[in-house]
Amino acid sequence: MPEALRDVYGESLRRYGLANDRVVVLDADLATSTKSVLFGKACPDRFFDVGIAEANMVSMAAGFAACGYIPFVNTFATFIASIGAVSAKCLIGYSHLNVRLMGGNNGLTGGYDGATHHCLDDINVMRGIPGMLVTSPCDPVQMDWLVQTLIDDYRGPAYVSISRMGAGPVYKAGERFTLGKAKRVCAGADATVFACGLSVPRALEAVDRLRQEGLSIALWDMFTLKPLDEEAVRDAARETGAIVAVEEHSVLGGLGTAVAEVLAESGLAVPFRRVGIRDRYTESGSYPQLVEAFGLGVDAIADAVRQTVARKKGARG
Amino acid sequence: MSLTKDRVMELETLCRRFRTDTIALLHRLQTGHAGGSLSVCEILTVLYMECANISVDNRCAPDRDRVVLSKGHAAPMLYRCLSEKGFFPLEELETLRQPGSRLQGHPSMGKTPGVELSTGPLGLGLSAGVGMACANRLQGNGACVFVVLGDGELDEGTVWEAAMAAAKFRCDRLIAIVDWNKVQLDGMTRDVMPMGDLRGKWSTFGWNVLECDGHDIAQLYDAIQTAKGLADGKPCVILANTVKGKGVSFMENTNLYHGKAIDDDEFSRAMLELEGAENA
Repeated sequence: MPEALRDVYGESLRRYGLANDRVVVLDADLATSTKSVLFGKACPDRFFDVGIAEANMVSMAAGFAACGYIPFVNTFATFIASIGAVSAKCLIGYSHLNVRLMGGNNGLTGGYDGATHHCLDDINVMRGIPGMLVTSPCDPVQMDWLVQTLIDDYRGPAYVSISRMGAGPVYKAGERFTLGKAKRVCAGADATVFACGLSVPRALEAVDRLRQEGLSIALWDMFTLKPLDEEAVRDAARETGAIVAVEEHSVLGGLGTAVAEVLAESGLAVPFRRVGIRDRYTESGSYPQLVEAFGLGVDAIADAVRQTVARKKGARG
Repeated sequence: MSLTKDRVMELETLCRRFRTDTIALLHRLQTGHAGGSLSVCEILTVLYMECANISVDNRCAPDRDRVVLSKGHAAPMLYRCLSEKGFFPLEELETLRQPGSRLQGHPSMGKTPGVELSTGPLGLGLSAGVGMACANRLQGNGACVFVVLGDGELDEGTVWEAAMAAAKFRCDRLIAIVDWNKVQLDGMTRDVMPMGDLRGKWSTFGWNVLECDGHDIAQLYDAIQTAKGLADGKPCVILANTVKGKGVSFMENTNLYHGKAIDDDEFSRAMLELEGAENA
């Protein structure tokens, strides 16, 4: 059973947060779900449960940051990117405050709770805030590294889109990453897949399957959605001539949009495909059911890649 | 101890100057919020000139007091006070709301020296003040956080989320001051959104409640000093009764001058009253 990213997050926040007395943690009555409770139990003096009041929580974090603290703000992604958005934009982003906005239950990982608890627009909302670092980790090693980095190294506002679920590990323990730089998961010549979050392990499975069919597909983990590694996108377009972007998010405003912007502005008119939710509301179900039903599963990714590679060949023919 | 009569008179003189300067500036620039700037004049003046431990010298000290102007549209009066404190030259006020200026239409932390929080969208400042108060306590300093709210702003639900949080976290160094001028952009507050028993509301949210004449320097000073002295684990709100547009008769108690440009005729009439008061 893969380790759920929210559990990794909670443990990492407890560990690194305890060691740095500038860290404060806020939650809006979801601490047992977001796993901020682990820090709260270990360090009650620096833990603030504000009740079901997300807007107040995000603005409170701005106050903490103005006084030199590093607040980690926890609730579900869909609430932080809507109810918390005005403070994220006008208090935190505008003044480049050192706040970490942690959006749990991202994408479809709210599962049975249905459309109101899924989040398909957090990346879009947060990308629109100038200076906001936007990230979505894909596995336990990366999640742990990211929490440590956001405490020890990064200065400025940051958003993290966190999965409630887990998937097979992508990285070996000790793997290092660089904010703003895509991480190559595997090399390939026929097309490149860019993915983020739990779409990375699913895309990896699709790429492995395609390899058995004789297709050589590169996979890059675009865990930093802003600033986007534009160079990686341009290089991939030139080197492999076909691009697929995969995300557990609306195709409007997320990774696919960001990649398309780079391709279009660079004049790289390669075959391109977005895999994501097609501008519609979701519904209740188990997470695996929803991933399949909304076209985000391994089969759907593999199909999208095959079709994109075929378009490349068609264009050449 | 209360302010001496001489000091009260000095601050009253300063307020008359701030009003004259602000109306003249907003007329020259043909933009900016007059009504709320006039009503909050004494509140900001008493805070910056007497009650809050804020100066250019201690502007980076972790244990300085902080003033958050949650009703950010009253920025012209805030900037007038900050220039008086020496955070930037008086002449810089001429750049207000202009491209490239450090003095934005609404306060911008990081751009404007002395501004402790970016504000503008109403209803956010008290929450940030709760965060600041909690942060000060973690640091073990006794600094006060003053949050100046508009009464129209109290329509925002987040103010009451913050009020609950301040009580829960026992922020007794957090002092909210409501510029209770009874007028908001669309009309009288009682018509736009009736607040009912405002004293009772704050009280039942767990706050100490004081009330004073928000244009009376001595009363404001006493209320703020009383609030600072309370150490009972409860935050304190001062309901400061004010008059929107205070000091210019035709701007008083009306929403017409909330944010509209002041024309030449209005300016002449306003100056007659304000300069008359200054020279009286």
